[in-house]
Amino acid sequence: MSKILDDIRYADSHEWVRLEGDIATVGITDYAQHALGDIVYVDMPEVGDEVTKGEDFGAVESVKAASDLLSPVSGEVVEINEALEDEPGLVNQDAFGNWIMKVKVNDPSEIDTLLDAAAYAKICEE
Amino acid sequence: MKHYDKLIFELSRPGRKGYELPADRYDTDGLKEIPADLMRKEDLGLPEVSELDVVRHYTNLSNKNFGVDTGFYPLGSCTMKYNPKINEEVAAMADFAAIHPLQNPETVQGALELYYNLQHALSSLAGLAEFTLNPYAGAHGELTGLMVMRRYHESRGDNKRTKVIVPNSAHGTNPASAMVAGLEVVEVKSKPNGSIDVEDLKPLLDDTIAGIMMTNPNTLGMFETEILKIAKLVHEAGGLLYYDGANLNPLLGKVRPGDMGFDIMHINLHKTFSTPHGGGGPGSGPVGVVEHLREFLPNPRVRKGEDGKFTVDFGKDSLGSVSTFFGNFGVMMKAYAYILTLGKEGIRNVGPMATLNANYIKENLKNDYLLPIEGVCKHEFVFDGLKDKSTGVTTLNVAKRLLDYGFHAPTIYFPLLFHESMMIEPTETESIETLDEFIEVLHKVAKEARENPDAVKDAPLTTSVRHLDETGAAKNPILTYKSLKAQQ
Repeated sequence: MSKILDDIRYADSHEWVRLEGDIATVGITDYAQHALGDIVYVDMPEVGDEVTKGEDFGAVESVKAASDLLSPVSGEVVEINEALEDEPGLVNQDAFGNWIMKVKVNDPSEIDTLLDAAAYAKICEE
Repeated sequence: MKHYDKLIFELSRPGRKGYELPADRYDTDGLKEIPADLMRKEDLGLPEVSELDVVRHYTNLSNKNFGVDTGFYPLGSCTMKYNPKINEEVAAMADFAAIHPLQNPETVQGALELYYNLQHALSSLAGLAEFTLNPYAGAHGELTGLMVMRRYHESRGDNKRTKVIVPNSAHGTNPASAMVAGLEVVEVKSKPNGSIDVEDLKPLLDDTIAGIMMTNPNTLGMFETEILKIAKLVHEAGGLLYYDGANLNPLLGKVRPGDMGFDIMHINLHKTFSTPHGGGGPGSGPVGVVEHLREFLPNPRVRKGEDGKFTVDFGKDSLGSVSTFFGNFGVMMKAYAYILTLGKEGIRNVGPMATLNANYIKENLKNDYLLPIEGVCKHEFVFDGLKDKSTGVTTLNVAKRLLDYGFHAPTIYFPLLFHESMMIEPTETESIETLDEFIEVLHKVAKEARENPDAVKDAPLTTSVRHLDETGAAKNPILTYKSLKAQQ
């Protein structure tokens, strides 16, 4: 059904993370975009904001509902995907291509506590 | 006139009007007295139309309306019961309708008595000590109740209690009201049947908790069977229990929130007590409290003296005023008329009939629609979309198709516990014939979804507006005539 990539990590709240060096790229999963339906607004943090693992860093609003985005990592926001300001629907087209924020993480090993593709796939089946 | 969609501004013609004033023979142009710098520079831009234009315009618009008076309206969580016409007759009585809130209380004893009596009727139905009828609607009642909660803790010098626990299945107004009241929201998980997970609740209960907001029956229409245990735990931790009265209908006259351990609650007169709501409101959201919270209720209050006279009182420990005067008084008259019309016995039949109707629909449809929570529900229940989802027909499609068959859609995509939620609340005022017709139509839609899914996805086909572009409406809302003109 929904697409799940093997080479990235997942939070059970349906965010994904790709870690390169100490920069984590964060977005929402294909499962999440599918469940939300047409996304009409992505509320993003600002560059320089501190984010904490498990706490909200923004929200996505669809025609069905508004959902908080929970950060899968802790650190400082270094970049946000400005393309989503005008075209939030990009997340529906390609949830893994259209990331939401990039974070300079405090502790790269934190990512090991997140789910791998197999464990995340199991959550989506439930 | 089937597809009437004009704006009154489009009917406007320069100089056309619905009145004619006699010529000014006495040179009394009041405008001369107004200083030039206070005069409008531009025209007001009001439509210039005849009386007939106005009457036809609004009659045609009203014909597009759908309400409880037009058809079945099973909007879950909203209790769209019939609004008896005797309520309107009572509320329109000139002896009440023509009084002014600044009149001397001596001259409006009847109105004050009505306020007092309704307050007492609600207190006895809720098992609480006193109600204020001043808040304007449900969410306003929530805010008022949470202000009482804050004031209670502050009055004891307990300033650490800044958090409110809200279940993740709660009505969206609960966390929103808590935020507006300056409290922090902490979420407690629900079990699969929508009831609060007591084990998840326990670790949250510390000395920073002001209270918990709950509704019972819960959002899935199931009775919260562990409520006494939850009340004990919250009270032991020093917190208060808030009851969201949105789901009071099935319990009316049978179970009292006060007896379940709740300290504060609001009631939606426009749901449970049959006053109009939606476009037909306004609402009214009385707030009731237990004995030791009475003094914090908003001003003004109505008191009855030993001589039987009613007075208007402003308490010094009150949290202040939350409305102009006593709130929506006309709505109170309708609710009071409803209570007296039903009487003690009638009121006790409301809940069982609402519960029977909901279970009748649920049991008759669960072969075609996915019922995530088995068992006897109260006044409402939730389906998680069609049972057979293989043709891609969604809850939204089913809801739109229902419009073609002349029914209002149920509440959809709430609660968020399921992806395809469809929340159905028939209320007690519907006949078995209406329920049967609704059931038959939903079976038919399920059949269409299997055999001809594209037709369902294209619905609605017979309404005055077709399938709306919801994404476009959310992204580029056109909310004023000006912005419509700018777009054209």
